[in-house]
Amino acid sequence: MSFTLIGKHEKDSRAMRDAYCDALREMMAKDPSVVHVDCDLEGCINTNKLAKEFPNNVFNAGIAEANAMGVAAGLTATGKKAFMHSFGPFASRRSFDQAFMSAAYAGLPVHIIGSDPGVCAAFNGGTHMPFEDMALYLSVPGSVVIDPTDYAQMYCVIKKLAASEKFSYTRLIRKGFTTVYADGSDFEIGKGVTLADGKDVAIIASGIMVDEALKAEEALKAEGISAKVVDMFTWKPLDEELVKACAADCGCIVTAENHQAGCGLGSVVANCVAKNCPVPMEMVGVQDRFGQVGPEDFLRKEYNLTADDIVAAAKKAVSRK
Amino acid sequence: MQKAEKMQELRVFAAQIRLETLKTIGSLGFGHVGGSMSIADALAVLYGDVMKVDPKNPRWEDRDWCVLSKGHAGPAAYATLGLKGFYPIEEAYTLNKPHTHFPSHTDRQQTPGVDLTTGSLGQGMSTAVGAALGNKIDGRDNHVFVFVGDGECDEGQVWEAAQFAAHYKLDHLICFVDYNKRQLDGACEDVMSHGKGIGAKFDAFGWNVIDVADGNDVEQIYDAVQAAYANTGKPTCIVLNTVKGKGATFAEPSGAHSSQPTPEQWDEAIKASEAAYAAVKAQ
Repeated sequence: MSFTLIGKHEKDSRAMRDAYCDALREMMAKDPSVVHVDCDLEGCINTNKLAKEFPNNVFNAGIAEANAMGVAAGLTATGKKAFMHSFGPFASRRSFDQAFMSAAYAGLPVHIIGSDPGVCAAFNGGTHMPFEDMALYLSVPGSVVIDPTDYAQMYCVIKKLAASEKFSYTRLIRKGFTTVYADGSDFEIGKGVTLADGKDVAIIASGIMVDEALKAEEALKAEGISAKVVDMFTWKPLDEELVKACAADCGCIVTAENHQAGCGLGSVVANCVAKNCPVPMEMVGVQDRFGQVGPEDFLRKEYNLTADDIVAAAKKAVSRK
Repeated sequence: MQKAEKMQELRVFAAQIRLETLKTIGSLGFGHVGGSMSIADALAVLYGDVMKVDPKNPRWEDRDWCVLSKGHAGPAAYATLGLKGFYPIEEAYTLNKPHTHFPSHTDRQQTPGVDLTTGSLGQGMSTAVGAALGNKIDGRDNHVFVFVGDGECDEGQVWEAAQFAAHYKLDHLICFVDYNKRQLDGACEDVMSHGKGIGAKFDAFGWNVIDVADGNDVEQIYDAVQAAYANTGKPTCIVLNTVKGKGATFAEPSGAHSSQPTPEQWDEAIKASEAAYAAVKAQ
């Protein structure tokens, strides 16, 4: 792992789907076994351009996610490294039995990509807003479950997944995102990234919440509270050593996720903390609610997914020590 | 070999598959007899003649594939693969016992020769389609055979897979529909009818469709496969008009989906199957 933190809270000029396509393009040019199966959403993540370049590697299954998942599993059985994409709810809820049985249970490591995670579904609304996609895939034995935060991380993760023999689910923020890392940063699946060191509270975040956590760290510092910030982009397998170090160094933990907190990052961290190193914990995330339609900044406030919410949770966690 | 001689061999193999299927399920005492016995003749044609397989190298990449999307017919596959030499047939008699490699539904990680994992109905159709696509883009000319049940055709996923296979012109995919007219809750016609018919549906989805009047007749099945091999540009659906429980004395009259006969009924069924095997061998 070697990364360069930028962390200036600035929007990247690129879309995050570019990272996915750039990684696939580079791999497909060298390795004919890398394939992508889409569900009439090539235009949404720009894999339609890849399809023109690599007609033997990119396949559109139409609006039929269950079949697309099975096709990806069947391709894997013939030696392909298969990625399957749909919007998050359809790459999880709608095709979960297929992902579970045809791929994971069958020992066929399909790599599933769910786009527009959580509030990023914005104007597509509650029907398209997965706050439970990660929870479903956390429940699959031996799965790898990832919530990348920016271009550099997504690009790196996709290339590492292609080389992995493990069934996986990865979220993809399609469009705008905030740059956290410099391009070329390298990450290890299953290892969290410590972005700021602190001694009073540890903030463990992923995806769109990493930049919020960095903002919260600055706000807490101004109030004399020293926060450690961890990007836990791999929810499973969880970096338990890092969680234990967070508990030991800071004595309390805040998790922050764009997902149901009761069955997501908060709960997997809590499992580890309860078993190994009981300390006070607070969980920033969606609290047992469905999604709804609206602009992303409205939704972030509506579901308490902002730096201010992390700051408040951090103070509460510190007070419980 | 003359065709008549070959057909006689396949009839003998089918009778042997029936007997071993009964012994496999009988080792436990209960199971999916109905849908296992109805496909014995098609399995005999595939593994007795048309499929390229290597029992010593079950994952040989140029092999023909066979997927039981109706995964509950596992015992028929275990009997066939055992007789074909993928493992000693006696191993199949551990069906569903703790730590067995012969689970109720076919599992590619458990049993040599099983190409894909099935059990949740409809799914084997999609994975078979994926395998056919993978073989096609790698330039292999092997075939993928997939068995779906008539009740299984209630699943929407069967039709998602059917449209994909036709769209990508997967002419090396051959789907057998085990049209035994019965599903768990009764006659398909009563539980969930098939509109203009299963064959008509596949035709509407752009497939080449072959109707086999007697799907328990090896010669008719063999001829249908040869016709499917000659077809290009479309996947082929072979509708096998079969009898559920064919050859099982306790299951054939009722057409039951699963059976738990008494020990005496098992003895009677196995003796009858042994007699049928001996009779066909003597022909």
